[in-house]
Amino acid sequence: MRPFRYERATDPSSAVALLARSPQAAFLGGGTNLVDLMKLDVARPELLVDVRGVTSRAIEELPDGGVRIGAGVSNSDLAADPLIRRRYPVVAQAVLTGASTQLRNLATVGGNLLQRTRCVYFQDVSTACNKREPGAGCSAIEGHNRDLAILGVSPDCIATHPSDLAVALAAMDAMVRTIGPDGSRTIPLTELHRLPGSEPQHDNVLTHGELITAVDLPPLAFAGRSYYRKIRDRASYAFALVSVAAAIDLADGQVRDVRIALGGVAHKPWRATRAEDLLRGGPATEDRLRRAAEAELADAQPQADNAFKIPLARNAIVRTVLDLVEVAR
Amino acid sequence: MSAVTPRAMGQALDRLEGADKVRGLAPYAFEHPVPHPAYLSAVRSTVATGEIVGIDCSQASAQPGVLAVLTHLNAPRLGTDDGELRILQSGDVAFRGQFVGGVIAETSEIARHAAGLVRVEYRERPHDVDLESSRERGQLRVPQQTMALFPMDIDKGDVDSALASAAVQVDCTYRTAWYNHNPLEPHTTIARWTSDGLTLHVSTQHPRGVQTTVATAFRLEPDQVRVFSPHVGGAFGSKGPRHSDVILAVMAAQLVPDRPVRFALTRHEMFTQTGYRTPTIQRVRLGADTDGRLTAVSHESIEQTSRLKEFAEHATRATPTVYATPHLRTRQQLAALDLPTPVIMRAPGECPGMYALESAMDELAIACGLDPVELRLRNEPDTHPLDGLPFSSRNLSACLREGARRFGWESRDPTPRARRRDGWLVGTGMAATTYPTLRLPGSKVTIRVTPDGRHTVLMAAVDIGTGTRTALTQVAADALRVDLAQVELRLGDTAYPPAAPEGGSAGITSWGATICEGADELRRRLAADHGGTVPAEGLEVTVDMPENPHLKQYAMHAFGAQFAEVRVREETGEIRVPRQLGVYAVGRVVNPKTARSQLIGGMTMGLSMALHEASLLDPRYGHVVNHDLATYHVSSNADVGTVEAYWIEEDDPYVNPMGTKGIGEIGIVGAAAAIANAVHHATGVRIRELPITLDKLLPYA
Ligand SMILES: Cc1cc2nc3c(=O)[nH]c(=O)nc-3n(C[C@H](O)[C@H](O)[C@H](O)COP(=O)(O)OP(=O)(O)OC[C@H]3O[C@@H](n4cnc5c(N)ncnc54)[C@H](O)[C@@H]3O)c2cc1C
Ligand code: SF4
Repeated sequence: MRPFRYERATDPSSAVALLARSPQAAFLGGGTNLVDLMKLDVARPELLVDVRGVTSRAIEELPDGGVRIGAGVSNSDLAADPLIRRRYPVVAQAVLTGASTQLRNLATVGGNLLQRTRCVYFQDVSTACNKREPGAGCSAIEGHNRDLAILGVSPDCIATHPSDLAVALAAMDAMVRTIGPDGSRTIPLTELHRLPGSEPQHDNVLTHGELITAVDLPPLAFAGRSYYRKIRDRASYAFALVSVAAAIDLADGQVRDVRIALGGVAHKPWRATRAEDLLRGGPATEDRLRRAAEAELADAQPQADNAFKIPLARNAIVRTVLDLVEVAR
Repeated sequence: MSAVTPRAMGQALDRLEGADKVRGLAPYAFEHPVPHPAYLSAVRSTVATGEIVGIDCSQASAQPGVLAVLTHLNAPRLGTDDGELRILQSGDVAFRGQFVGGVIAETSEIARHAAGLVRVEYRERPHDVDLESSRERGQLRVPQQTMALFPMDIDKGDVDSALASAAVQVDCTYRTAWYNHNPLEPHTTIARWTSDGLTLHVSTQHPRGVQTTVATAFRLEPDQVRVFSPHVGGAFGSKGPRHSDVILAVMAAQLVPDRPVRFALTRHEMFTQTGYRTPTIQRVRLGADTDGRLTAVSHESIEQTSRLKEFAEHATRATPTVYATPHLRTRQQLAALDLPTPVIMRAPGECPGMYALESAMDELAIACGLDPVELRLRNEPDTHPLDGLPFSSRNLSACLREGARRFGWESRDPTPRARRRDGWLVGTGMAATTYPTLRLPGSKVTIRVTPDGRHTVLMAAVDIGTGTRTALTQVAADALRVDLAQVELRLGDTAYPPAAPEGGSAGITSWGATICEGADELRRRLAADHGGTVPAEGLEVTVDMPENPHLKQYAMHAFGAQFAEVRVREETGEIRVPRQLGVYAVGRVVNPKTARSQLIGGMTMGLSMALHEASLLDPRYGHVVNHDLATYHVSSNADVGTVEAYWIEEDDPYVNPMGTKGIGEIGIVGAAAAIANAVHHATGVRIRELPITLDKLLPYA
């Protein structure tokens, strides 16, 4: 761990300005990921700008019926919020499957979305990793890759994004609000994270100094019946091997609309648009679900240890949606 | 050896130091208050094998707050020939992560930062860290004897012909993973050199061992080294034999005379510096007649050790004891690799070995069409199958029957993959368990009595968190025939008489028998010299652990039966274990509360072994890549279902004056096999490689 400076931002624009002035600075949320990575010498910021005081800790209803979640809301508060639990249960469920109570108490929404991959080589500076050091090589491709990605991989990186929350938000078409050196913008959550391509060092599309201020959940009536299913190596306190966030809108037995997002399979939360398209307009039968899931996974490129994620993701999609259909009856 | 009448023994007392522990008043080694401490952070090799050709400490030394930098160039020459401990004696690197230096600084943060600034240049050599490929290349050797009590390899009868002609045969190979102990409290040391010698606060299972090891290494007399170890936050064997962390701390303290140096291993370092349980590849062949009576047993185990030092996990150790068979063979082979040295870990030998043997017994039961409990009952020996000695007590049958009754085993349908509940396949499994009743040499005790009837019992034993302090006080009270309140037991200080290590489930046996001897001696002296009354100045005796005259007449072992219920989600292969139940025959239970906690703790660790734990070696780099507790999975609370531990009354007059057999390890033995057998019953799939993770079951979903 290297010496660093610490400052508490007084308002969002000063936080952004502090970072803009200092290329080696980083925002600090709960610190549950960033400080770990600093101890491991993976992250080496010279300045930490604590943004917990300047990002909202409120969860508010929006005039259009949506909900705005402040970036400073703790993961625990988000999961406990009655509005979220009623309108977007998948979001609360996803958060509760992640980490531990102690970590969720500290972790913020902004930090959760920008937590970094859990690839063991990324976290170990004594090994080669393109994400840490572009051009150094990827240790995972011929190493331990059981946890890593099957979709959207590149020859340079097969890391997954570890956030459960992000998967649920992707299914809900959440929008991420930011303010940065170039002003404010709103980014669809599904476009916040990127695929590794030839630049795995970039997890997401934010620029240096761009601060997440809130996440907006658009109104979605059928989200009241949504579900997050996480499959992992132990019953709690483990990252997803595969996870599924799903919601379904049925009318006369036909799928009017459906949302499916996958976790643990790609460098970003994976919105299963191909499967959704195939499902809309027909009945939600096991057979159709299976074919839709298989189509979604058709381009999967597994590694030596993680081919099991293909049938696992397929079965998880089928079961999760079927369970929702069952409840709807 | 006169038996002790139980009065305090048998009471479910709370830990004597429990309240202090929860209030933070029981300092662990690192927390001991010392004046003006300095902090050490290690420099570790980043190559698996090779030689240091250059080391540049200038940047590290220049950091404000850095007091000294330690490398092989300025380290003292050690007086030990233990390869694991001989750090910094040359530029040679024997495994990745080996200590190659250290930085001593005013704060732990400065030390850690500066350690990262030490630039080390290596000339790398090719390394060999792969057990499977050593085996394929035939580069295995027979280990040296580890424990004289148990012959390493056994040949009885003619196994090959008996196997060839057996009506029913099982021939299977099982694999267990590399396990790291990961006690919550890491290995920690405070080392301080003074004009009189050396004072150490160490988290250890054996203060006396630290004292003698450090004295030898640094060419001191043992009495120049004082070791304190009042409280230890878990160990599982990793704090038994000494490792190089204590050597590094003492070297560092030499560079800053008069300043105590604090050193705590990081979690990463816990995966390279403190030993581990070797992976095993075990082939078990069983031959039986159609009634399930064993005619031949062959058990071979292949393991790894380091090139620095040999440690052989005696995985076949229990095999001769468990079942009657006319023909028996055990074999051990080792590959010496460019890796850290393995070490004892909870139930070394029995734990991996009984997983393999008891899995094979389950396969045999199925092959014979017999109930697995019945199969084991049919193979009960009358005397020890190897040397013919009678057992001092053997209640495996009683445990099997009582376990079956409590678990509800009788109604079990043996058909695999025949029960479904809400999308889960349900199955049950069982296994036998055993652990030898060991006594470790090297204990003495001093007992003092004053006219007010207060007794002080002094010995350099330790309580590693298991409840030893409490149980041993109960033993002492009964041995001295006084109330608990009249006994003060003092442990964890080498100023007291030396004590055998905490290990082998032998603490109560070795230390307790010594205390009983001391109590007898005290009574003899009081009667003979003082007419039965305590003199005004008090009276003190010091005795050695007594011989046990029955050792050569009886085979002494604890036994038990493990049961488990398993659910496997059909679509995903996810595994849950809603119920584990064990029934044990472990002699007298001194403290039911702390004993139960040991037994269910062992069973939980067995669950963890069955489903979760595995240190993943990357052969290209030569180190364990999942070296933290986020990626090295141990069972979480949510994984642990109902865990029930019971024991049957067992009165064994031969083992020791208390009648105890040891309870620290038997709970883990067989627990993984019971779960693996239940997985087979649930799914019809036999997974012969631990841990059983969902990807292994998914293809059969
Ligand atoms: C043992 C363990 C297990 C875990 N298990 C899970 C799990 O199962 N599922 C899961 O989803 N997560 C899991 N986590 C991760 C946990 O959810 C994250 O560490 C946490 O959400 C990060 O939030 P934070 O506020 O602490 O972020 P920080 O560590 O403070 O920051 C993380 C990153 O976000 C940046 N950042 C923070 N706030 C903002 C902002 N407002 N705008 C822009 N950038 C910002 C920081 O600069 C940093 O790069 C686990 C963590 C641990 C340690
Ligand atoms: S998968 Fe990505 S994060 Fe992991 S080692 Fe390769 S480049 Fe690094």
